[in-house]
This record gives sequence, C-alpha cells and structure tokens, in this order.
Amino acid sequence: MAGNIWVIAEAWRGQVSEITFELLALGREVAGQAGAPLEAVLLGSNARELAQKLGAADTVLYADNAALADPVPENAAAALAQLIKERQPAAVLVPLTNLSVDVGVVLAAQLSVPFLNYCKDLKSADGKLAATCVLYGGKMEVNVTVAAQPAIIGILPGVRSVEQGRSDKAATVTDVAVTLAAPKVHFKKYLEPETADVDITQKDFLVAVGRGIQTKDNLELAEDLAATMGGAVCGSRPVIDQGWLGLSRQVGKSGMLVKPKLYVMLGISGAPEHVEGMKGSQCIIAVNTDAAAPIFNVAHYGVVGDALEVAPALTEKIKARKG
Amino acid sequence: MNILVLMKVVPDVVEELEVGSDGKSLDTSFLRTIINERDDHALEQALLLKDKHGGKVTLLTLDAPDIDDVLFTALAKGADRAVKICGVESVQSTQTAVRLFGDVIAKTEGLLPVDLILTGVSAIDDLDGLMAAPIAQQLGWPYSGVVTQVTLADKTATVVKEFAGGVRGEYEVPTPAVLGIQAAEKPPRYVPVAKVRAAMKSQTIETVDAPAVEAAAMVEVQQMAKPQVTGHAEMLEGSPEEVAEKICELLAKRGLL
Repeated sequence: MAGNIWVIAEAWRGQVSEITFELLALGREVAGQAGAPLEAVLLGSNARELAQKLGAADTVLYADNAALADPVPENAAAALAQLIKERQPAAVLVPLTNLSVDVGVVLAAQLSVPFLNYCKDLKSADGKLAATCVLYGGKMEVNVTVAAQPAIIGILPGVRSVEQGRSDKAATVTDVAVTLAAPKVHFKKYLEPETADVDITQKDFLVAVGRGIQTKDNLELAEDLAATMGGAVCGSRPVIDQGWLGLSRQVGKSGMLVKPKLYVMLGISGAPEHVEGMKGSQCIIAVNTDAAAPIFNVAHYGVVGDALEVAPALTEKIKARKG
Repeated sequence: MNILVLMKVVPDVVEELEVGSDGKSLDTSFLRTIINERDDHALEQALLLKDKHGGKVTLLTLDAPDIDDVLFTALAKGADRAVKICGVESVQSTQTAVRLFGDVIAKTEGLLPVDLILTGVSAIDDLDGLMAAPIAQQLGWPYSGVVTQVTLADKTATVVKEFAGGVRGEYEVPTPAVLGIQAAEKPPRYVPVAKVRAAMKSQTIETVDAPAVEAAAMVEVQQMAKPQVTGHAEMLEGSPEEVAEKICELLAKRGLL
C-alpha cells in the first residue's frame, strides 16, 4: 500500500462539519501505522479560511472552484477524481453523511473501485488496509481487507472524538486546481426545516418512538409519558416514513441531533443512523422486546419488554410520585 | 412515463442473526429475508409517479428464496412487469449485484428505454458499494441519491434530497436518470392478501439467466461476528409495574424526578 491517507473534509454552509475532525483523528492513526502523510482535501468556493481549521492534517489540499460552492456530488467527485489521478493516495476517507455519501459513491463509480461502506474502524498493517464495518443495522460486524487502489472508504460518524481531530497547529495549505465540466444535475435551492410546533433539541425530556410502537394510535402512550415531565415525543426514521410524526420530530442522521437529560426509547432497535442523533443524551433508557437489540449497547438502562405495556405503567408511576 | 425499479431482499433483522460455519457470512439455514426497506420506498415512489403520469413500472430483482412473494406483492400493488435474474447463488457483494443488474438492464429486451431507474439509496448489507451510482455511471445517466421527493415534467425530474438537521436540497435532474430513494413521499401502500393471491393467479414472473460477471475481490471479508459489546445497559427486570417503579427510583436518584 503506497500513497498518502486522505480525509475528505466536509464543509457545508460556511462551516467544517464535526465529522471531519473525527475522520482526521482516525486518519492520523492510519497514517501513523502506514508511515504515510495525512492529507485533508477541502473543496469549495472562497472557502480557503476553512482550511485553516484542518491543522491536524500534515497538509491540506484546497481546491477552489465556483462550481464547488453548492452541494453537487457530481462536481465534488469529478474534482476528487482528478486529484486522485494526479496524486495517487492509498486511502480516501469519506464522511458517511447524507451530504458526503453521494460524493463517495459517485467518485468510486467514476474510478471503478468499490465504495467500502459502514466503516467503524480502519487500520494499516503489513502494507494492507483492514477495516471493521457494521452490517445488518448494527447486528453484525465484519473485518475486511481492502485491496482497491485507491480505497474509497465511507466512515460512520462517531468513530473517534471531535476533539482528537482538532489542532491549534496552523495548517499547511496547498492550492490545487481542478477543471470541471457542466454537471448533469443542478442544485436549485435549500429547503429549510418546517417550522416546528416543538423544538425537540431544546427539551430536557424526550420520549422516542420506533417501529415497536406498531400503530399511530399507540403514539398516545408516548405523548402521555412525555406530558408527565413536560417533554416531547420524537421518533426514528420508520415512524417518520409512516407519516406518524413530522420531519421536525426526527432524531438521527437526516434529522435532529439531541442531547436531553433523559431519553426514553420505546421500540427502537438502535440502528446506527438513529444512534448518531441521540448518543450524547445524559440518561438513556431503552425498552425493546428484542434482548439482542443493538440499542442495549448504547443505553444506560434497558428493559426487555413490550413498550406498549411499560410506557403506561411508567406514566402512572411518575404521575403518582408527582402527586 | 416508464420506470424500472431495482429491488433486492435483505435479512430480516427482527430475527436473531447467526454467523455461518465459514465464520465470514450469515448462517442462512433459518434466515428470513424481507424486501430492502429503501427498495420498498423506491417501489412506492414509482407507483406514486405512475398514479400521476401513467406509464409502466417494471421490477427487476435477483432470485432469492421468498422473492416471488415480494414480486407478486409489488404486482398486486400496481407494478406492471416483474423480472428476476436467476442462476445466481446468494449474492453477497453489492459490486457483483451492480454488475448483474447493469448487464441485464443493457441486454434484456424491453427493459430500456425508461425515464427513471429507482432503487433504494442503501441496504443494511451494502458492504462494498451502493447500487444506484455505479448503475448510473454504467449507463452514462445522471444520478441523485438520498431522495425523498420526485416530481416529473418536461424530461426533467425535480428531486428533493435530505441533508441533516431537517435541511433538504432541491435539484433538477434530466431524465433518463437513476435515483437512490431514501423515502417515498407517502408510506408504502398496503395491499390485501387476496389481491396478492389474485396477482399470483393472473400474472407471471419473467426470468432471465444471470450473465457471467467478473468477481470483484477488491474487498475481502475475513471474519464476521456479533459486535463486541464495550458497554451494556444495566438491565431492569420484572413486570411492567416493577420496571416502571425501578425507573422512577433511578430518575429520582439522578434528580430528574
């Protein structure tokens, strides 16, 4: 395995996303093991000052192009493909976010290499890259070796801490030029979140419901429980997809990031996409019928049981205590 | 307005999953599979577009146990044609699936032309790639992923794509295009069993032989295992009332109640 270790920085609406620093922390370890430099790659338009935040990398490659101002995966992938052909990195670490995943898959398709998905850990040993990836919604993990050159690797959020990947060191920025053709897909505009009746990111107490709630009518059990402590109800993707709760109540990858004092989970198995949005909660209590549900590896307290029975019992007990 | 929907089945994670004797893949002896949830949304989005614009919805899948149920259910919901690629043992690699789908789409009479190819943006077993982008690359068509809304007019699909924090983006994609669907605009429709049985009697599933495709060995699985647990919840046991009481005590101790 020859070549540098690259981290694709995610810059969005004038900010470097936190996951960029998590990837820099992981990339630093891999680069150390491989005896190769760690490079961050930042694409943007008039965004050079953001490169200064990436001092954890040995160098930052910054490509400035008006076509990189908006989130058009095709443009970003074309820019990266050019840089990869010129510079031949060994591994390209891509944030597994809704914003960056399309850049990674289009890039891999353009280069005719696999896109290694759901990666939670990465090492370089004996000249080879070895990754651990999470499959089946967190129920299994696989150790894989990656022989692709370059290896395009989608890294899950939260694999290292943000702090590990921040540095006060001034970044060494190299400007690189990319030539971009007109894209097939055109970005028109951002659609801002609907005005929410409740801002779940501001609540101290959240009751989160998942597939295990079974029907829309059962939401009432969650509403009752939330009401006992002035909290609100939120949900995981399946509940939002069913239209039982609005988009403003979604917690996870596409939805909100919440850190309440208490997060009670009713019938949520704990898919990585949901955990991403709530793992910073101070106290997590999960109720699920499946004793092997991955959420029990995340929650502080767990109950193997029917959320539809536990929720009303808890509502009554809290009411009784509060008098 | 014609749409091709690419679908596959994945293990049902509601069931307990076990590692097979090779230590590298799932034990399939009692494995129950279901349609990939995102593919089910891709199907629903295709049917919503058909409801609005007319046209035909064709399904293309890889053969698998239970796949006929999935296809007849989709036909009962309103899809017009179902084709399965036969002669492949369980396809473990998304790269291989991409090659199979790509080859069959290009070579099977009557699958193209279409206005859109829709498929789920991801699946829980997508280890070495996601389906939609490499299919688009192969066809030379535009691609957009993480899509939650599709509107069609004048050979252009206006799509809405999810970002984070509830923010979304609107894009214009010229058709024909390949879209990776995150969620349909409405929940996947329900179809009564009687209608599925009727579809089984009145409709047929076409088969095509799997083409020989090169095995991609750029990602090699060494070992599969259940996740090592670094931390585990303290489990509370008892009847719902007993558990509720224990939770109250915990909350009181933490000053939350």
